[in-house]
Amino acid sequence: MNELALAIPWLGKRNPAAARGVVILLAFAAPLIAMLFGKTWVRILDFAMLYVMLAIGLNLVVGFAGLLDLGYIAFYAVGAYTFAFLASPHFELHLPFWLVLPLGAGCAALAGIILGLPTLRLRGDYLAIVTLGFGEIVRIFLNNLNQPINITNGPQGINMIDPLVLLGWDVSKPLKIGEEITVNSLFQYYYIFLAFVVLSVVLVQRLQVSRVGRAWAAIRDDELAAKAIGINTRNMKLLAFSLGATFGGVSGGLFAAFQGFVSPESFSLMESIAVLTMIVFGGMGNLAGVIVGALALTALPEVLRYVAIPVQQALFDKVILDPEVLRMLLLSLAMIFMMLLRPAGLIPAYSRYSRPELVVGKEVGK
Amino acid sequence: METLLQQTVNGLVVGSVYALVALGYTMVYGILGLINFAHGDVLMVGALVALEAIRLLQVHAPELGLVPTLLAGLSVSVLVCMVLGYTIERTAYRRLRNAPRLAPLITAIGVSFLLQTIAMIIWGRNYHTFPQLVSTTPLEPVAGVFITPVQIAILVVSALLMVALMLLVNKTRLGRAMRATAENHKVASLMGVDTNKIIAATFIIGSALAAVAGVMFSSNYGIAHYAMGFMPGLKAFTAAVLGGIGNLGGAMLGGLVLGLVESIGAGYIEDMSFGFLNSSYQDIFAFMILGIVLIFRPTGLLGERVADRA
Amino acid sequence: MITLLEARGITKRFGGLTALSDVSLSIRKGEVYGLIGPNGAGKTTFFNVLTGAYVPDGGELVFNGTELPTGKPHKVVEAGIARTFQNIRLFRDMTALENVMAGHHIRSRANPFSILLQTRQAREEERLITERAYELLRYVGIERFADTVSKNLSYGDQRRLEIARALATEPQLLALDEPAAGMNATETAKLRELVQTIRHDGVTVLLIEHDVKLVMGLCDRLAVLDFGKKIAEDVPAEVQKNDAVISAYLGGHGNHKAGAAA
Repeated sequence: MNELALAIPWLGKRNPAAARGVVILLAFAAPLIAMLFGKTWVRILDFAMLYVMLAIGLNLVVGFAGLLDLGYIAFYAVGAYTFAFLASPHFELHLPFWLVLPLGAGCAALAGIILGLPTLRLRGDYLAIVTLGFGEIVRIFLNNLNQPINITNGPQGINMIDPLVLLGWDVSKPLKIGEEITVNSLFQYYYIFLAFVVLSVVLVQRLQVSRVGRAWAAIRDDELAAKAIGINTRNMKLLAFSLGATFGGVSGGLFAAFQGFVSPESFSLMESIAVLTMIVFGGMGNLAGVIVGALALTALPEVLRYVAIPVQQALFDKVILDPEVLRMLLLSLAMIFMMLLRPAGLIPAYSRYSRPELVVGKEVGK
Repeated sequence: METLLQQTVNGLVVGSVYALVALGYTMVYGILGLINFAHGDVLMVGALVALEAIRLLQVHAPELGLVPTLLAGLSVSVLVCMVLGYTIERTAYRRLRNAPRLAPLITAIGVSFLLQTIAMIIWGRNYHTFPQLVSTTPLEPVAGVFITPVQIAILVVSALLMVALMLLVNKTRLGRAMRATAENHKVASLMGVDTNKIIAATFIIGSALAAVAGVMFSSNYGIAHYAMGFMPGLKAFTAAVLGGIGNLGGAMLGGLVLGLVESIGAGYIEDMSFGFLNSSYQDIFAFMILGIVLIFRPTGLLGERVADRA
Repeated sequence: MITLLEARGITKRFGGLTALSDVSLSIRKGEVYGLIGPNGAGKTTFFNVLTGAYVPDGGELVFNGTELPTGKPHKVVEAGIARTFQNIRLFRDMTALENVMAGHHIRSRANPFSILLQTRQAREEERLITERAYELLRYVGIERFADTVSKNLSYGDQRRLEIARALATEPQLLALDEPAAGMNATETAKLRELVQTIRHDGVTVLLIEHDVKLVMGLCDRLAVLDFGKKIAEDVPAEVQKNDAVISAYLGGHGNHKAGAAA
C-alpha cells in the first residue's frame, strides 16, 4: 500500500498520507467511476483485478526469485478447471466455494511442484522453454481430453459453473440494501476481488521482507553466491514456484466462478505472455509497479478498442486493426521497448527486503 | 513394418526441416548464449513472403515455369529474412548484450510476438494455401513406401545446405572468426575480429536457413499461416538442445532424431496408450523429449561438457 | 592444538587434467592459514572442493571431527565454513544491510507459514536478524552504508560487505579467496587489521592470496601448491627457505613476482 502510494507522481513523495488516502479512495470508487462509462467498464475492472492477482503471483516467481516462467497461465487453468469440475453440472458436482477454491489453489501448487522438481536446476533460459512447453501441454490436454472419456469437454469447455456463494450470499445476483439500493453483481465481484488483491499484497509483502524473500532475491541476483551463504536454492526455488502457482490457482478459481464458463482458449500462451508483460511494464520485483502494470495493460487495450475503432472507421472507412491485434501489438511493443529503454519498468521503485525501523533508533534511509 | 518404414521416411523429411531451423538457434546460442525466441517466426515470415512473391509471379509472369517460380519466390524470401534477421539483432538484441540475463530473453519473446502480429495484420488470421509447385503426389511406392517429389526435394536441399554450412564454418575466414567469437568475444576482438559483424553475420545466415525451412515446410503441407512458426520453432529448439546446443552437428542430428521420434511416435501413440491418446497429442513428444534431455543430459547428445563459467 | 579441518588425499580431475592430486593438509583451530601457489596451481579448485562447489574424485574432508558433505554448498555452510569470492559476488540489487541479513538465512528458522501469519517468533527473529546485521556492518566498518544498494559501494567496501555477509553465517572457518586482489596499499592494510580482529574473535581463517607480503605477515602457517600437488606446509619463515617453493615460483611456468619476495 505504501509502495503504491509512493508511486503516485509528485504527491507520493510530498505527502505520503494524502497519497495513501487517494489510493484507498480510488480502490473503492473505481467501479463507480467505471460505471459512468457503462457496465462493460465495470466488467473490465473485474477482469483487471484478476490480472492484478495473476501478476502478483507471477511476480513472485519472475520478479523475486528471477525464474522466468512462460507457462504460468497453466496454473490459472488448473485453478479454473478444478473449480469447473467440482462446481458445475459437468460432473453433477456442486461443492461449496470455500472448499473448491482452496482445492484449486492446492492443485495448482501441486502442479507447480511437479513442474518445478525436475526443472529447477536448469539454467534460466532453459527453464523458460520448459515452462512454455508445460503450458502448451496443459492446453493440449484440455483441448483433447474429451475422448475416449469426456473429462474436459474439449474445445467447447465447461459451462454453467456455479457462481460465488458466500454464506448464502449469491454474488451473481443483485444485492438489495434496504428498499432503495441494489448493488449489481459486477460491483459485488469487484469488491470481493479487491479483498483478494489486498490480502495477496499483504501476504506477498510479508514474504518479501523475510528470510524467504531475501533468499529469493539472493538467488535472483547471484545463485552461486546464494549457495555460498547456505541457501538451499532448490528448495527456495520450489517454494517460489509453488507459491506463485497458488496465486494462479486462486485467480483461476475466481475467474471460473465469475465468468461461469471455462475453455482452453482462455489459457493460451498469449495470456502467459500478457501477464509477463504486465510485470515487465510496471517494474519487475516491485509490487506497486506490478499492480500498475496489470491495471494499465488490462485497461489500455480496452480503451484502444473504443477509441481506435471509430477513428479507423472515420479515416479509412473500415477497421484495419481489430482489437485483438491492437492488444498483441501493444503488448509486444511494450515488452521490447520497456526492456530496451526502461528495463526497471514504469515505476522503478526500489524493492526492500528489510525493515530497519525494527531496530530502535534506525530510520529508513529512503 | 510398412508403417514403420513409411513413418521413418516422413520423420526424416520433417526432421531435416527441424534441423535447418535448429542450426539457427544453435549458432546464435553458441555465440551469444541467447535463445532467439523469434527464430521460429522468421521461418513464418519466410514462408509468407515466398507465398506473396509466388502469387505475384504467377499473375505477372505466368510463362515462368513452376520450378523457376518457386526458386524466385525462395530467393526473395531468403533476402527478406536476411534483412529481417540483421534488423532484429541490430535493434533488439545488440544493446542488451551486457544486460541482466532475463532482459534479452524477454525482448526476444516480444520480437516473436511482434512478428506474428505484423504478419497477422498483413496476411490476416486465415490459413493460406501454399501453391504446390513441386508435386506432392506420391511416386510409385518402393518397398511399400510412398514418397513425394517435394519430400525428395526437401531431403536433397537440406543436405546440400548443411554441407555448405559446415564448409563455411570450418573452411572459411568468416567461419574461423565465428568459431573464435563463440569461444570468447574479448579474445576474438583482441585478435582483430569485428565481433559485431560476426554476430550480425550469424543472425543473417541463421535467418536465411529459416527462410528456406519455411518454404519447404509450407510446400510440404501446402499451407502458410501467421502463427505457423511457433511449433516448428519450439521443436527446432528442442532439436538443438537434444543434439547439444552450440554444436552444429548436434543440431542436425537432433533435428533428424526428433523428426523420427515424433513421426514414429505419432504412428503408434494410440497403441502405446491403449487408445487413450491419439495423434492429436503428437506435439507432446517434442516437449517430453526436451524435458527428459534437459533433466538427464543437459549437454545433449553431442554436447561437450562445459565447465561452469563462474 | 586442535585440528579444525583436515583434508585427506583430495584429488580432482577435469577430463584428462588433474587439477588436484592427493592434497592433504590440516588447519588448526584459531590460526590464520595461508594457501599459496603460482597461477593454475589448484588453489581455487581446492577452495571449490572445500566449499562444496565441486565433488572431489578422491579423498575426504573432515571438519570438527565429522566428514564434510561434498557437492552440497549449503550443507558446508551449515557445518560452519563460509567463503568469499575472488571476484566479489554480492547481491547487487539489495542494500548492504540486506546482504548481511541474507547471510543469516542458514541460522534462522522462520518458515513460510510463520512468515505469512507473522507469528511472534517470526517477528522477533526478524528484529534480531536486523540487529545482528547492523552489528556486523559496524564490525567491518561500513555501518554508515547500511542503506546503500550494494552495487553502488566502493570496491574496498564491497569486499568488507562480502566478509560481513560470510560472517553472518556464523562460521568457525572463514575462507577468503584472494581478498586483497585489486586493493591499494591502504585498503590492504585495513584488510589485514580486519582479518586479525576476526581471528582474535575466535574464527579460524583460510586465506588464498597472491599478495605474498600479506600472506607472510598474516599467516601462522601456510601450504604451497604447485601443479595440483602440495609441495610445502610450514610456518612462513620455513616456507620462504624451501627450495621446491622457490623453484616453483621462479620456474618456467609461474612468471610471478612472488619469487623475488620469497
